[in-house]
Amino acid sequence: MSYEILGLSALWFFLFAYLIIASIDFGAGFFAYYAKQTKKDHILNRLIARYLSPVWEITNVFFIFFYYGLAGFFPDAGYYYGSAMLIPGSIILVLIGIRGSFYAFENYGSRSSLLYTFLYGASGLLIPAAIATGLTISEGGFLREANGSVYLRYTELLTNPFSWAVVFLAIVSVLYISANFLTYYASKAGDEPAKKLLRSYALFWAAPQIIASLTAFIAISRQNPEHYNNMLNLWWMFGLSVLFFLIAVYLIYKEKRFGLSFICVMLQFFFALLGYGIAHMPYILYDQIQVAADATLPAMGTALLLAFGGGLLMLIPSLILVMRMFLFDAEYVKGKK
Amino acid sequence: MFAYDSVILARMLTSMTLVFHIIFATIGVGVPLLISVAEYIGIRKRDPHYVLLARRWTRGFVIIVAVGVVTGTAIGLQLFLLWPTFMQIAGHVISLPLFMETFAFFFEAIFLGAYIYTWDRFKGRYTHWYLSLPVIIGGGMSAVFITSVNAFMNTPQGFTLVGRTITSVEPLKAIWNPATPSKVFHVLTSSYMTCGAVLAAITAFFILKYGNNKYYKKALKVTMIVTLIFSIFTAIAGDTSAKFLASYQPEKLAAAEWHFETEKGADLILFGKLTEDNEVKGAIHLPKLLSFLSFGDFNSEVIGLDRVDADLIPPLWIHYMFDLMVTLGAYSIMISMLFVLFMFWKKRDQYNKWLLRAIVINAPFAMLALEFGWIYAEVGRQPWIMRGYLRVAEGAVSSPYVHIAFAMFLILYVLLGTFVTVVLVRLYKKNPIQKEWEQRFPDTLFGGDQK
Repeated sequence: MSYEILGLSALWFFLFAYLIIASIDFGAGFFAYYAKQTKKDHILNRLIARYLSPVWEITNVFFIFFYYGLAGFFPDAGYYYGSAMLIPGSIILVLIGIRGSFYAFENYGSRSSLLYTFLYGASGLLIPAAIATGLTISEGGFLREANGSVYLRYTELLTNPFSWAVVFLAIVSVLYISANFLTYYASKAGDEPAKKLLRSYALFWAAPQIIASLTAFIAISRQNPEHYNNMLNLWWMFGLSVLFFLIAVYLIYKEKRFGLSFICVMLQFFFALLGYGIAHMPYILYDQIQVAADATLPAMGTALLLAFGGGLLMLIPSLILVMRMFLFDAEYVKGKK
Repeated sequence: MFAYDSVILARMLTSMTLVFHIIFATIGVGVPLLISVAEYIGIRKRDPHYVLLARRWTRGFVIIVAVGVVTGTAIGLQLFLLWPTFMQIAGHVISLPLFMETFAFFFEAIFLGAYIYTWDRFKGRYTHWYLSLPVIIGGGMSAVFITSVNAFMNTPQGFTLVGRTITSVEPLKAIWNPATPSKVFHVLTSSYMTCGAVLAAITAFFILKYGNNKYYKKALKVTMIVTLIFSIFTAIAGDTSAKFLASYQPEKLAAAEWHFETEKGADLILFGKLTEDNEVKGAIHLPKLLSFLSFGDFNSEVIGLDRVDADLIPPLWIHYMFDLMVTLGAYSIMISMLFVLFMFWKKRDQYNKWLLRAIVINAPFAMLALEFGWIYAEVGRQPWIMRGYLRVAEGAVSSPYVHIAFAMFLILYVLLGTFVTVVLVRLYKKNPIQKEWEQRFPDTLFGGDQK
């Protein structure tokens, strides 16, 4: 396999990892706020805090990995996105700034405040909506080149039904993924009331999630017919995605095997994102940036891949260590440590 | 006009983010060392008071790191948003350390998470302390990688550029460019020095406010010794940097030193004012010292601004930045040396009020020295964003909306700055050391004396 395909696969992996981890994190923030607002925080917040505290910084890093990786493997993509995304990018950064800081203020500071919880809960839903703009733009038709520079067509972006379908999909998916994971986490912690509440959230968001997915799928056909046809050729991947969705919902509904149910949720997104990604080839940014033609030089590509491999060798053992200490240490999860 | 405006605004926004981020980044790199030293002494001497010190520092540290993470994310992405043309070239040549920096930070974040939640969880005496080491290493390595990118902007190498296309790259050569060693050395030592100064100042402030005791004495001793050691190393690193500049980036040194004519046995100019005709007034001239500082030889030739193209001369006001940085650095050496001297010289009291006040002032001074140093480093590279290859004006985004982004970030930083201060003050006020002491060591008075 060539280095640019390996690089692209690494980027895809970061995107997928970020999609799952960040969704859990963003959704948890929103549920924490919602529970507080509806006076159910005594049920949820202890559980959410125990999960979130050790991992939130890790989430952010996946996002940075993705954009440094993109700019490293495909510098021209970095140029196009960088030039065009000034305002959406700044909005993302401001939201991340608010969310990260107010999360820390709430949890490491000395007092809890509804305002802090609101700020990190609400920003958590807006961040994925803003980041999704990047995927929207990749379908082509939203950039304009003039005077040797690249501009974003704001009106086009804001009035296009496709971009709103993507925003809707992003927000709904966050809530759906998060509710599913937290249900599993609560059942592991043996926290019956939290599990019950979260399970109802997971079921509630299941239908909107699949509707949003289908809407976005169909909306691509108008925005980018070529991409859409490629996706139709990969129909079995999206079929698998829907199948895993059904299994996940069934398991949650029947209240059994929440762990397996969450694995199905991950597989649902795995196949959907994989099918989307493969159909997107050979373009990274439609019409302008291609995988093979616009990749970085082999020397840098190889160096990045080596760094990536070396980094993983170092990180995976450390991650396992932390996970065993917190996420999957039954005593810690139950709040006994 | 429009392109010009977006360049100025892009520079302003980048400067604002960096000025804000440096404070948090420096603390993120430096404070783990002090926390680790305190915990180590505590375990080694079986003195739980040092461990308490480490614990209390950690609580505030975590909040500051959180803000550092988000401002770091901001500057990372702003590089693409504001300097897309530069990042297109940089992406080809210097993306490796950017990528590795993320790994280093990841490493630090993972172990920091483990460190803060596991104080009483391990049986081994040293086990928890070991967790502090990857935090120090991760923070240090991310500083190394990101500094190498900045070094690359000053002395780019490791690639061939034909027009706007890069035809070959050597990633390791780009990282290990001539500016990297001295810059990394300077950044790391000054971070440790500044963090020592900040924590010493907080301790001195409390001694002045509440009176002294054994606990404060221990804290001040540790922090002042760290400050002294790293102030001296920072000065050595500064000297290394001057020697690097003299050989590789002479225009930056010459502009900072107001060294107009190339000559042998050049004087070092301290302070002073520049008139409109570029005449130096009221300065102290130290004969031949610039030559000595540049090459270790009083009679060596130092390149002056006469050998630099007029449009490539950096702004001459960086001289003031340079002087301020050096003066404030020297102040830190002096104060910490006095303190350590008084520790051994029994006739003098190292806890006298004036010295304590001087130590309190040293914290903002050290932070300012850092800011001035970075302004000098960045403005001194002008007009280049990538020296010799790309000018700042060519690297900037051309967008009519930079001012909106600027306003958004200004509000964000004001908000974060205010809240982080309020939250930190409240954190320590709500759980003051006196109260925590009573809970942990009920048998002794605050400070460690028997009841």
